[in-house]
Amino acid sequence: MAGLNLFQLLNGLTLAALLFIVASGFTLIFGLLRIVNLAHGALYLFGGYIGYTIAMTTGNFVLGLLGSMAAVAVMGVALDEGLLRFVRGFELRQVLLTLGVAFVLNDLALVIWGGDTFTVPVPEFLRGALRFGSIFYPKYRLFVLVLGIVVFIALWLLLHRTRLGALIRAGVDDAEMVEAMGVNIRRVFLVTFMLGSALAGLGGTIGGAFLTLYPTADAEILVFSLAVVIIGGYGSLVGAAVGSLLVGLLNTVGQVMFPELAYFVIFGPMAAILAFRPLGLFGKAA
Amino acid sequence: MTATTTTGAAAASPAGGASQRSALAWGAGIAAFFAVLPVVLSSYQVSVATEVLIFALLAMSIDVLAGYAGRTSLGHGALFGASTYVVLYWTAVLGGSPWAGLAIGIVAATVLSAVFALFCTRVSGVYFLLLTLALGMIVWGVCLRWTSVTGGENGIRGVGRPEAIADPLVFYYTVLVVVMALTWVLWRFVRSPFGLTLRGVRDSESRMRSLGYNVQLHMFLAFTVSGFFAGVAGALYALFNNFVSPSTVQLSQSVEGLLMAIIGGVGTLAGSFIGAAAIITLENVVSEYTARWPMVLGLMFVLAMIFAPEGVIGAVRRLFARSKT
Amino acid sequence: MQRRDFLKKTGLGVSAAAAAFSVPRLALGQSGPIRIGLMAPLSGVVAAGGREIVEGFNLYWEQNGNSAGGRKVEVLVEDDAGNPDTALQKARRLVEQEKVNFLFGNLLANTGLAVASYVKGNGVPYFIPVIAADDLTQRDRVPNVIRVAGYTASQMPRPLADWALKQGYRRIATISQDYTFGHEQCGGFAQVFSEGGGTIVNQFWNPLNTADFSPYLGQLASAKIDAVFAMELGADANRFMQQYANFGLKGQLPLLGAQNFTDQSVIRTMGPECEDIVSSAHFAEGSDNPATRKFVEAYSKKYGKMPSLYGFSHYSGAMWIHHAIDAVKGDVESRDAFLDAVRKVVLTDSPLGRPVRLDEYGNPIYDIFIRKVVKNAEGKYWNVPIETYESVSQFWTYDPAEYLKQPPYSRTFQGIRKS
Repeated sequence: MAGLNLFQLLNGLTLAALLFIVASGFTLIFGLLRIVNLAHGALYLFGGYIGYTIAMTTGNFVLGLLGSMAAVAVMGVALDEGLLRFVRGFELRQVLLTLGVAFVLNDLALVIWGGDTFTVPVPEFLRGALRFGSIFYPKYRLFVLVLGIVVFIALWLLLHRTRLGALIRAGVDDAEMVEAMGVNIRRVFLVTFMLGSALAGLGGTIGGAFLTLYPTADAEILVFSLAVVIIGGYGSLVGAAVGSLLVGLLNTVGQVMFPELAYFVIFGPMAAILAFRPLGLFGKAA
Repeated sequence: MTATTTTGAAAASPAGGASQRSALAWGAGIAAFFAVLPVVLSSYQVSVATEVLIFALLAMSIDVLAGYAGRTSLGHGALFGASTYVVLYWTAVLGGSPWAGLAIGIVAATVLSAVFALFCTRVSGVYFLLLTLALGMIVWGVCLRWTSVTGGENGIRGVGRPEAIADPLVFYYTVLVVVMALTWVLWRFVRSPFGLTLRGVRDSESRMRSLGYNVQLHMFLAFTVSGFFAGVAGALYALFNNFVSPSTVQLSQSVEGLLMAIIGGVGTLAGSFIGAAAIITLENVVSEYTARWPMVLGLMFVLAMIFAPEGVIGAVRRLFARSKT
Repeated sequence: MQRRDFLKKTGLGVSAAAAAFSVPRLALGQSGPIRIGLMAPLSGVVAAGGREIVEGFNLYWEQNGNSAGGRKVEVLVEDDAGNPDTALQKARRLVEQEKVNFLFGNLLANTGLAVASYVKGNGVPYFIPVIAADDLTQRDRVPNVIRVAGYTASQMPRPLADWALKQGYRRIATISQDYTFGHEQCGGFAQVFSEGGGTIVNQFWNPLNTADFSPYLGQLASAKIDAVFAMELGADANRFMQQYANFGLKGQLPLLGAQNFTDQSVIRTMGPECEDIVSSAHFAEGSDNPATRKFVEAYSKKYGKMPSLYGFSHYSGAMWIHHAIDAVKGDVESRDAFLDAVRKVVLTDSPLGRPVRLDEYGNPIYDIFIRKVVKNAEGKYWNVPIETYESVSQFWTYDPAEYLKQPPYSRTFQGIRKS
């Protein structure tokens, strides 16, 4: 059957780009706040629906992107300040609380937008396909690939060239130390949570244009994000990038070559890493 | 800032005459309550009560690990459902005897949990949670895709219960006896030296290790034992439901089981009965009015984590403690 | 909330409120209301279709004063979440706690099969306008499970295969969701196509809920075929059509679809990606048959959108039952007589505008349209008939006894004739 040619390679890469956008937010929140935010997938879906609504009513895709990022960032703040503050310091309670929030958000989305499948409308110039060589490839997916790279660079610059980034990286290594140095670590945490949530919202609108938005998309993207972050390592941007590449390519190759084993291809490596190298490929010790 | 349990204080206190008697009183009370219940219930409601008992057993199996060993699992639904699959495959597809089927199902679940345990012995906390989640999802994936054996999306339909326990009331009492017997066994287990060691590990793993205990072996055994109980619950479920499909092993099964243990009170076996009764009857009631059960379930989780992480029993205990001072 | 409104309207009020642990329900005699348990996936990936099942069903009863055979009709709606375990649980609750007279509905084949095996044991009538699992009216017939206004999966694509051969297509690849409904539809198509001299070059099976079809599209693009036959449901259909267009295959490679593929519930939120796709079904919302027009208008007026297959089939199903209830003068408690009346109904006033009756195996015989998706006057997309195959039964042109000798369609058996 068709082996890994350019077409399938691009498929894997473009999926990886989307996964990276979503998982980078997830890994930041885990790396710094040590919160496994199981509502991340629901934030993705909610963000996508909001982006869709904005883009449909205003006719402007970029407005949809920005709007969804802002809205989900606000939701993230509400989640952190409104709910998670009651369980600070209790890791497992936090995780389970976010799981409860995920259930609520998923059902709420069903009430607000219904069960139909929606596609976020993209601007004219991104529709259609580009031709190179013997293949047609959708322009939009190439855009996603480029966007993923742009987000990676932007985040890298943020983390390594700004004060906030330095604080985040220091906090990932040792939050208590940073606090002892007189920094308002709470504010850093909050900004990080907002950033991570905004990335989920961005992912939702971007993903909503080619993978569509539908009631179980949140669980699916959450599972992928978990896999990416576990394989790549918590709190590491490079880890999220590598993890996304692996998961994106594995998923695509898996579907083409081993359709029977579709889930195993993702969960197998995930379980193996958790058992033998829980920190993932690039993760740092707590 | 790692906390390995969702609650510290609700665990049963160590051996002492008074607490032993109170525990026995609890057990007798629960048994009596469930024994008398059918008198006031309709036939359909008796089947709901049967379901409560079966899931209480599942919740207890999760509680053994979460409350006494400090390891919260999101994979026990898969162990539960695996047993159901094996029992139904044996009886419906292979045409074997139901009694043998039950035994084989339970053994299968125990073996599977031993396999899970091999992966899980060295991790704790959130990693343990995610690892059990991943393992559970692998089981789900297998059940979904291995169509020739599991029937895939369609699942496996059973051939009904054996004559002896076909009547819903008879079945109810059978399940009651089995569940109460196993509750007693579990109670003895958590009070045994092995159980005390587990609690020591929960409280401080490093201390136990420095005292010379083989923590990993203890974890492995605890996990496998808890898997056994989940397997029994799954086998009973096969008889009860007469049907199994991938949704029986999926994540939401583990989540509901965990929630039942939490609502009742992690680290108290009796809490599982309360939690199972609460969730199942609530689901029945809520579904009469609205399709928004997932939202209600999610809210319960959130509220439980914030206000009552020690569950009903923990809250009641605190109330008594406060009223004494 | 649809259901609560409806309950209020039919004045159910107090009895449902007593809920889980109340006094057992009084036995309702012939003068009490007829209680129907309607199950549909109101959550999950086919939630949109599920909602329309409820809408179509309710619309009919509303138009008919919520009564039949001289008794009031009460509809109790339960969500099966698209999941056979939940469907089973809800069926049990409806029958054992709510004491409904009969069950209706469900969407996904596996939920229907689970409920069918449950009612096999207790004889409760179960009516399935949308559950299309072939064997329920072939090798695994259950006497109290009747496909009112329904169809079998393999019934619909066969005319399409014949039409494809007439267009000159000789090499086709199929792509379908990997479960019974998909296997049966593809089997129906593949058997007729291959028997007519065509070749099924390759068959792809994707898991339900595939977000990314790009791996399959790559393989379809490089295969040497004349057309693609796609069997996707709900969100998968949506995504497939879009990605097909995005990858430049639309316009290069003709796309044929199963009836659910281009159903209103899928295409109403879509744009030009769905245009010109050809499918086959007994129902086409763009048909200019006056009965169909009337139904589409009434539905659009009430719900603000055109009816899909799910709305249509449950509307017709309700109509079917209504006739049967009238025939037994409201005595649905005499089950055998009632089921007999159901089997004898000839539906002349359905939105199809043509009489519909059951064959001896309990499945309706229809005129099937070859339909194409086009834009209508309001700028929305709908299915318009371009050709008609008359009186197609679940057995096509085969002799039933001979046909039943071949194994049921599955992943491994697709009825392909080796030439």
